[in-house]
Amino acid sequence: MRPMSSIPWFRLASPASFFPLARRLVPWFSAGAAVLAVAGLWLGLLVAPTDAQQGDAYRIIFIHVPAAWMSMFIYIVMAFWCAVSLTFNTRLAAMLAQALAPTGAMFTVLALITGAMWGKPAWGTYWAWDARMTSELILLFLYFGYMALRNAIDDPRRADRASAVLALVGAVNVPIIYFSVKWWNTLHQGASVSMTSAPTMAVQMLTGMLVMAFAAWFYAIAITLIRVQAIIVEREKNARWIGELLPRTR
Amino acid sequence: MKANGLSEFLAMGGYAFYVWTSYVVAAIAVAVEIVAVRARLRAAVKSALRPERAASLPDDTQ
Repeated sequence: MRPMSSIPWFRLASPASFFPLARRLVPWFSAGAAVLAVAGLWLGLLVAPTDAQQGDAYRIIFIHVPAAWMSMFIYIVMAFWCAVSLTFNTRLAAMLAQALAPTGAMFTVLALITGAMWGKPAWGTYWAWDARMTSELILLFLYFGYMALRNAIDDPRRADRASAVLALVGAVNVPIIYFSVKWWNTLHQGASVSMTSAPTMAVQMLTGMLVMAFAAWFYAIAITLIRVQAIIVEREKNARWIGELLPRTR
Repeated sequence: MKANGLSEFLAMGGYAFYVWTSYVVAAIAVAVEIVAVRARLRAAVKSALRPERAASLPDDTQ
């Protein structure tokens, strides 16, 4: 391994250098996501025991919790790249934020739908306006708002700045989602996994959930690296290097 | 879970609708996103290499 200081960070920060790197990384993260998803589904659907209280309905957890974690985590990463793009005025940071938003929205939709599918057997209702669910719905609207604002502004650099401000203001919602089950008396249960206390779940359930979370993570990285390539080509198609690079990568 | 046969596995202890809806919706969402993103990249590359632009590029790029 090379020391971190010898990696040419500033050169990699240009879309022209990042494009081939993204292209090379995609197969590795895709394969990782596929292997982890198969392992996680096997653990979750076949190995993990039926829950004493919830029966097999709890198996929704293997989709729901990874989706909900990713919905928040992707927003944090998106807001981070927005902050970088506003501070250093770098195009690649804004492109990465732009590439993350649709996948974050997808995971938010999944968290809400699987939450409804779990809520009905567990609580007798698909939806309640409690703090956890309402703040997660607001997260979805923040993703939609970010994408709509981008699409509404023709000049990409102006769109970068305006949408970055929106994303950063909206970031305040993420800790609200995360701590909502502590701050308010919600219908939604508390955190499934805690850093400070021993796990309360059976070890196969916990392992299955974590493996599925890693699968979702690898998937998000792979799909974002493909989307950022598309965004780079869309936004840089008049640059000379695009013409030189693309024929070799087809 | 001790699944005695496929039908018992699919029944999910009576929660089949809720469990399988969650898994199927997730699978569809992921599949649609993969197809859409790859199509977007293909379209972007095609548009960047359209003939009137490619004409100005060296011959071996065609």
